[in-house]
Amino acid sequence: MNLNRLTHAGNQCENCPAHNIPNLKKLGINMDKVDQVIALAGNPNTGKSTVFNNLTGLKQHTGNWPGKTVTRAEGTFEYNTKRFKIVDLPGTYSLLSTSTDEEIARDFILFGQPDVTVIVADSTRLERNLNLTLQVLEITDRAILCLNLMDEAARHRISIDTKQLSKELGIPVIEAEARQKKGMNELLQSIDEIISGRYKCKPFRMNKLSPQIEHSLKQLEVLIKKEFPNMPNSRWVALRLLEGDQKIIDSIRSGEIGLIHSYNQNDLSNNIYEKNTV
Amino acid sequence: MKNRENILNKANELRWEIGESLHDNLLESIYKFATEISSRVIAVDVSKKSKSFDSKLDQILTSSKFGFPIMFLLLALVFWLTIEGANIPSSLLSSFLIDSIYPQLKTFSSNIGLPFWVDGILIDGCYLAMAWVIAVMLPPMAIFFPLFTLLEDFGYLPRVAFNMDFLFKRAGAHGKQALTMAMGFGCNAAAVISTRIIDSPRERLIAIITNNFSLCNGRWPMQILIATIFIGALAPSHLAGLFSAAAVVGITLLGILLALLVSWSLSKTILKGEASAFSLELPPYRPPRILKTLYTSLIDRTIFVLWRAVVFAVPAGAMIWLVSNITFEGLSIAEWFINWANPFGLLIGLNGVILLAYIIAIPANEIVLPTILMLTVLVAGTPEIGAGSGVMFELDSAAATANVLSLGEWSLLTGVSIMLFSLMHNPCSTTIYTIYKETGSVKWTFVAAVLPLLIGFVFCFFLAQIWRLFG
Repeated sequence: MNLNRLTHAGNQCENCPAHNIPNLKKLGINMDKVDQVIALAGNPNTGKSTVFNNLTGLKQHTGNWPGKTVTRAEGTFEYNTKRFKIVDLPGTYSLLSTSTDEEIARDFILFGQPDVTVIVADSTRLERNLNLTLQVLEITDRAILCLNLMDEAARHRISIDTKQLSKELGIPVIEAEARQKKGMNELLQSIDEIISGRYKCKPFRMNKLSPQIEHSLKQLEVLIKKEFPNMPNSRWVALRLLEGDQKIIDSIRSGEIGLIHSYNQNDLSNNIYEKNTV
Repeated sequence: MKNRENILNKANELRWEIGESLHDNLLESIYKFATEISSRVIAVDVSKKSKSFDSKLDQILTSSKFGFPIMFLLLALVFWLTIEGANIPSSLLSSFLIDSIYPQLKTFSSNIGLPFWVDGILIDGCYLAMAWVIAVMLPPMAIFFPLFTLLEDFGYLPRVAFNMDFLFKRAGAHGKQALTMAMGFGCNAAAVISTRIIDSPRERLIAIITNNFSLCNGRWPMQILIATIFIGALAPSHLAGLFSAAAVVGITLLGILLALLVSWSLSKTILKGEASAFSLELPPYRPPRILKTLYTSLIDRTIFVLWRAVVFAVPAGAMIWLVSNITFEGLSIAEWFINWANPFGLLIGLNGVILLAYIIAIPANEIVLPTILMLTVLVAGTPEIGAGSGVMFELDSAAATANVLSLGEWSLLTGVSIMLFSLMHNPCSTTIYTIYKETGSVKWTFVAAVLPLLIGFVFCFFLAQIWRLFG
């Protein structure tokens, strides 16, 4: 895999893995024999663990109550000759608070840089689920929205224009009924399309806060970009700094945050880094 | 380095300029965008009110009038089914593992000429401990867990939390503690990890310290058996099952009450603070998938818990055999300790045997009862009932267990006291270790381990004094 990556080094690499191996290892993920890393995020009780079980064939306990998964669960599967590691994150309503479960989810998406983040949403409560979706899209630009429980939505006579939704969010939107194993193939295909670069996400970003805040963000972003020129989500980092997020403050101070996106740009130095940290 | 500090300083400066409005502003725009997007993609057919089933059910299950009674009835129903259903498979299992396999193992070991202490530790200690745990625990777990999981799968647990939320808030704790408490009815160690859903460290500590008042599955079987022997016996035989179930429900409710009281005292003293607000989502009811639930609750929970119990019972069995067979001036170590601890035990309505059993069983609550029975026979000096010193044995019926306990001069008070003490004592070593890992603090781990034990001593002491005064 490293060989593969070396030959693809450079800014324009589209289909080499984006995940950050040193950080993933730090987060406790065993990266042996893994080509791609998928994260499962979503509100509590939307069926993340059911999707996880469907993809991995594992039998992780699922339950109908929010807060079932408070730790990460991991599994692996193969698709199109690629080996995937999938990480089931704790269900959260937002990524803005400081509870442990929200931090686990956010840190994984931010520092682990999964190749694709699948956001599992409850179709019967789409509006509320979009709150988290929008926050995830601020952090990462490779995401899929999996509209789970479509059967429940139909029962409640709710219909969703998924094509329009996909356009609005700039990411693929997949309809699913995970309990009946429906939509899983489409989800896998979509994952494959993003990883291979056939689908390019253009994630929706919120850019109209109050003028004063926008002004402050701009000033901060300029400074951040100067110190960490390759950071793609500098606006989000600036926002977190303004909010006084201790974890982000620490990672700026230690420079760790700069490693987030340097991986593809400078493979050699990172391979050395990897060796040193193992 | 300097640039980085510059960034942080600038951020500090700007943060002061903006003031408090940022977080609200951000949330507002998230909500605004979410609403805008949804309005463009979601269409709801309101011509038929298909939601009415869920909300009607919620009106009943979470109503202030019926919410609690329904909760108690469901709880009682689950226990009653467990008590009534577990008897027969339990005695089948024990007759197979102990009446058939055990003698064969003994014959085999004497045929190949094993030294008595190897035979004693392995077969009388380890094997019987394991067999006892399987016979006593497997049937109730195989009934209790699927029933509980069905309720969970249906979506009832969040309603319980919803009903109890105001109580916890009034106790100065987090409303979500109701959920972690419910988790504790399965396993306290798992529940301690589940307190991660609580954001505030203060409220999380309260939830961790008080979680032990949720009876875990290691303690259900003993509660059920002791209730059957001592409480069920007070009722006419056709009502015995109901009486026993009611007693277990009573202990469970006392546990909830204690969790609330202790949370309240903690939040008024060493963990002062206001309860933080949170929103609890009531998930839609979903038809439980019965076969899937049976499978996962049997494989994930029952077998998992059973395996844990066996793993702990095996070394404990060996240890019991050793302390009962290593003698010092004519008495075994076990007897020395029991004689020494007996006066203190009696003072709190228990006895020396029970205290020793609780020390031996620190790794797993599951093996408290078998240890008690074995030690009772040892001290009463009637090995013909059991199988000799240091041998854990199984009794085919609750009545036979009662016979042994009467040898140890157990009274109704002893029965009630041990049910209470089982609710109020230190968590098992796995839970203590988990608490240490989650809090990272020796001090709080110590508090969580010792506080329930102290409460148990005090509670049982006063109960025994009052009981003897009027009894």
